[in-house]
Amino acid sequence: MMEALLALFIGAMAGAGVFLLLRARTFDVVLGMTLLSYAVNVFIFVTGRVAINKPAIIDGVRAASLTQYADPLPQALVLTAIVISFAMTALLLVIALRARAEAASDHVDGEEPAAVDAAEKAS
Amino acid sequence: MSGSHWIVAPIVLPLLAGAMALLLERRSPRAAAAVSIIATLALLGIATRLVAVAADGAVGAYLLGNWRAPFGIALALDRLSALMLLLTALIAVASVMYACGSGARGRHDERGPHFHALFQFQLMGLNGAFLTADLFNLFVFFEVLLIASYGLLLHGAGVVRLRASIHYVVFNLTGSALFLIAVSTLYGLTGTLSMADLAQRIPSIPAESAGLLQAAALLLIVVFGVKAAIFPLYFWLTDTYGAATAPVAALFVMMTKVGVYCIARVTTLMFGAEAGPASFVIEPWLSWLALATLALAAFGALAAWHLRRLVAYLVLASAGMLLLAVGLGTAGTIAAGLFYLVHSTVFAAALFLLVDSMVASRGDADDEMVPAPLASAGGYGTLYFLLAVAVAGLPPFGGFIGKSMLLAASRSEPLAVGVWTVVLLSSLGIVVALARAGSTVFWKAAPANAMQTAAAPASAPERGALALLVGAACAAVVAAGPIASYAEATAQQLLDRKGYIAAVLGAETAPPAWNPRADMKKVK
Repeated sequence: MMEALLALFIGAMAGAGVFLLLRARTFDVVLGMTLLSYAVNVFIFVTGRVAINKPAIIDGVRAASLTQYADPLPQALVLTAIVISFAMTALLLVIALRARAEAASDHVDGEEPAAVDAAEKAS
Repeated sequence: MSGSHWIVAPIVLPLLAGAMALLLERRSPRAAAAVSIIATLALLGIATRLVAVAADGAVGAYLLGNWRAPFGIALALDRLSALMLLLTALIAVASVMYACGSGARGRHDERGPHFHALFQFQLMGLNGAFLTADLFNLFVFFEVLLIASYGLLLHGAGVVRLRASIHYVVFNLTGSALFLIAVSTLYGLTGTLSMADLAQRIPSIPAESAGLLQAAALLLIVVFGVKAAIFPLYFWLTDTYGAATAPVAALFVMMTKVGVYCIARVTTLMFGAEAGPASFVIEPWLSWLALATLALAAFGALAAWHLRRLVAYLVLASAGMLLLAVGLGTAGTIAAGLFYLVHSTVFAAALFLLVDSMVASRGDADDEMVPAPLASAGGYGTLYFLLAVAVAGLPPFGGFIGKSMLLAASRSEPLAVGVWTVVLLSSLGIVVALARAGSTVFWKAAPANAMQTAAAPASAPERGALALLVGAACAAVVAAGPIASYAEATAQQLLDRKGYIAAVLGAETAPPAWNPRADMKKVK
């Protein structure tokens, strides 16, 4: 049950992320990137299998056997991934803001598409 | 080799040099540049030594933190990694020299902050990616080289670069997300991230997980394909390389080779003949996609209207050739590909530098293919002619030998007709594109007036960088025999995955150099 819920949640978040990534405004793209990296982070976490009440570090209370503890490696991996994706999102935001300021447009191509301009002039 | 720390030097040295450059650059930019140049030269020396060490055929393993292989992260040095390290160092020396020369708008490295620090971190990422024997560590080094490359691409600023870098950054971030999915799927299936251990465990994965395994393998190839610029994932390449400053573009030539290297590494090591459900899951796709890349690169070169874009398409064509060699996957084709790799990388980097150096006197025409005044057209023309002949794969240069080796090696392949047609026709297309560009830019060039000539004095470091690369290309022609035999030995070693697995997993931990407790007891 928990696995199915998590899988649905990851899928929905990744789907929303991809949808936003494909949009033409940099803000949407940044949000999409963020959602996608959240989905990836949870995905990495679940590859260590979902378990309740199992610590990743030996606490001296439980028997020192593999069944009593969760796999610590994906938790270490996800930490690395979180740090990197957070830094990358910050960098992407800076570049997007700079491009917005220099090109006077938040379109990902740095300029408004011609068709939109024409339609706006016509209306 | 086990007790030697030389293997980790290509990662540690640029890290230290980059950090020092960051500290020094505010007080004295020249000192930062000097540190960067010295470190890069030292890197060339170290890489040469590592090639000499790896040439005997043994795979050197280095256990980081002295943890045994599948538990800790290992570095591995075989012939392929050593060759890539040497190429990287060579291109880096030329780039950093060129960057310290004064271009039309002042020194290249002073057009924006932190050039040398970013340059060194990029080298660290490249070298780490070539050396690591751990899949997650590979991801980390990919990020290191990408983060540095984002900064380097923006070097010099300007709207064109910003626009190119939004595309480039978003595309590569998405690639990183896919990389993480692939890596964690593989971890979920096998419980390991060490490439040698993965190679050992993949064959025994149960049949019900075969789909997941194949999905992970193909996802990995997508990620590496983004870096290697394989069709249909190459659209970022021409914009990015066309927009970057010349020393950066020259170094970026190495970045597509990282993708090719990783594809070669995982297809031979992890998804080769003995990989059970995942064996040869990639090869059938790879050859076709590589042929498409090659064909489209030739069309792109024919259609290019700017010299930098033309060179970017040549980089793409070279990536197509290399992926074709890996995709066909026999010892002969891989050897041909590696031979071609050495030459095409040097030529492409040299062309980027050459174009940048000569457009300084062309004023507003910049690198557009229109007749425009050109200072010292004779000298540049000769160099361009040499490099164009070399990069198009005409004799006597190495590109020709590499291409003919590939054609000869693919004769018995089922795809042979396609390979011969596409390789030969794309070469023809590239020759035509280069000839057209050369005749427009050099033959129709008006003589430059005094002011334009004065605007473009190629400085000594710039000339030195160009001379280094052209000299290396010529030396590689003279040494074609040894390079070819090294490439053949590399291909053999790559296909014999048992040696790599045994070397990495069997690496012994080093005895402690200093045991504080024992020493304390002695004192008592």
